[in-house]
Amino acid sequence: MIATRDLRTAAIARDFPLLFQPTSRGKRLVYLDSAATSQKPQCVIDALVHYYTHDNANIHRGVYELAQRATDEFERAREKVARFVNAAEPAEIIWTRNTTEAINLVSYSWGLGNLRPGDAILTSQLEHHSNLVPWQLLAAKTGAELRFIEVDEYGVHRLDDLEAKLEGAKLVALSHVSNTLGTIAPLATIVPLAHAAGAKVLVDGAQSAPHFRVDVRDLDLDFFAASGHKMCGPTGIGFLYGKRALLEAMPPFLTGGDMIKSVEYTSTTFNELPWKFEAGTSDVAGAIGLGAAVDYLEAVGMDWVREHERRLTAYALERLATLVPRGLHIYGPQNRDQRSSVVSFNLADIHAHDVASILDTEGICVRAGHHCTMPLMEKMGWPATARASFYLYNSEEDVEALIGGLEKAAGIFKV
Amino acid sequence: MDDFYKEYILDHYRNPRNFGRLDRPDAAAEDLNPLCGDRIRFELKVDDEGRVTDVRFSGRGCAISQASASMLSESIVGQKLEDIARMPKEKVLENVGIGISPARLKCATLGLKVLKSAALGEIASWPEEPA
Repeated sequence: MIATRDLRTAAIARDFPLLFQPTSRGKRLVYLDSAATSQKPQCVIDALVHYYTHDNANIHRGVYELAQRATDEFERAREKVARFVNAAEPAEIIWTRNTTEAINLVSYSWGLGNLRPGDAILTSQLEHHSNLVPWQLLAAKTGAELRFIEVDEYGVHRLDDLEAKLEGAKLVALSHVSNTLGTIAPLATIVPLAHAAGAKVLVDGAQSAPHFRVDVRDLDLDFFAASGHKMCGPTGIGFLYGKRALLEAMPPFLTGGDMIKSVEYTSTTFNELPWKFEAGTSDVAGAIGLGAAVDYLEAVGMDWVREHERRLTAYALERLATLVPRGLHIYGPQNRDQRSSVVSFNLADIHAHDVASILDTEGICVRAGHHCTMPLMEKMGWPATARASFYLYNSEEDVEALIGGLEKAAGIFKV
Repeated sequence: MDDFYKEYILDHYRNPRNFGRLDRPDAAAEDLNPLCGDRIRFELKVDDEGRVTDVRFSGRGCAISQASASMLSESIVGQKLEDIARMPKEKVLENVGIGISPARLKCATLGLKVLKSAALGEIASWPEEPA
């Protein structure tokens, strides 16, 4: 059974040409930074090439056949993403550049019109800057109060005082999965309480949509944001899911062409959903590429992806534990059901950047630093951490390479 | 890069020279590398002729940034502030040895940036950037 799984993983890895490009030192590339961006399967690369070779035209404008084909492909990609997250209809999917832009869209378009002094925005201590800074600015502009769900030393949400924190909250904005620690937010507990308190819920899905099945209706999310490039798609394309009633009531974020129904010199009637929020020419190729990525992930099966990553992360944690006597500290949730495929660590007194540089000499790509979560790092008292993040194409062989690289680092620094 | 973590780099990292703070420094500056959060502070005592008479640095970060600052601190007593302000990045790159990757260049030059800022009395640009 395990052998079958290994064969499947090897076959999946072969879909990603970049993984077979050796480093300048002639090492096998061991890519453990998918939380930053994923590698792209050949079918996504082919979709981009095919679009520019055969279908390129501006969308929603031309009357000719080519323009219609581009428009159809663009809208078909939206349908795929809608199905992927189980939105009620494609019009609830707004194309954005990335998760950050999707969150900013909600902050400006929904937040400015719905928050007043005395209201509260509730987020957590785990957030990536992209799900923190927009709320700091929104709070400053509207006079709303910014509150935080605290996390314990393992980065697990503390929910004992959640109901008190929800009092007066109009918005709860949480990352589904922490990019630094891998913590999976207990949304099934938080969302019903948030709604009962009268708050809307926005979930930053940058680290969840690529890794497990997300059902926005089952979770009853009001907004959900994700980035294409972390889920096998191209850079420059992401999306916002929003419930139709909310999106209908929101004013446009960016304005210009394509988001209008009619324009006079002094007034404008806005377009319908979803185009009301898509001013200017969209990243058509990117959207089509993301559609191909979603097709790819669904063909593999998101349940398979989650199970594969769960096993591989458990294996990595087990193997990393052998380095604890040499000073390895592993951060994040102890309960493996609360953790995604992210493992943050430090090795003795070696700075994470030095660890990453030494791993780089072995062809191993990990992230080192504050992971765009500076307040969390400050709270935990970590100047930096190294982070390995796994995806569907990673194998136990990659974990062994990481262990070997860390042993090398420990040797150089004599720990 | 394998050769980069030489014995003396690790020695300066674990036993930084001139580490700490000065009582009433005549010049001081502090900065960080936003990429990684490495942080360095330089404090100087300066005589009437503008020569450095004492130096301390403090901060936290990777072996490269801390060792680079430590080595830099050993070579500046007796130097004039105006010369420090013009010190080229090659100075620190010689100290830390060759083979540093572009991604780590700022780690090696953060100490020099902060030291130059202290000498200039204003935030200096990154040493690898054209003035």
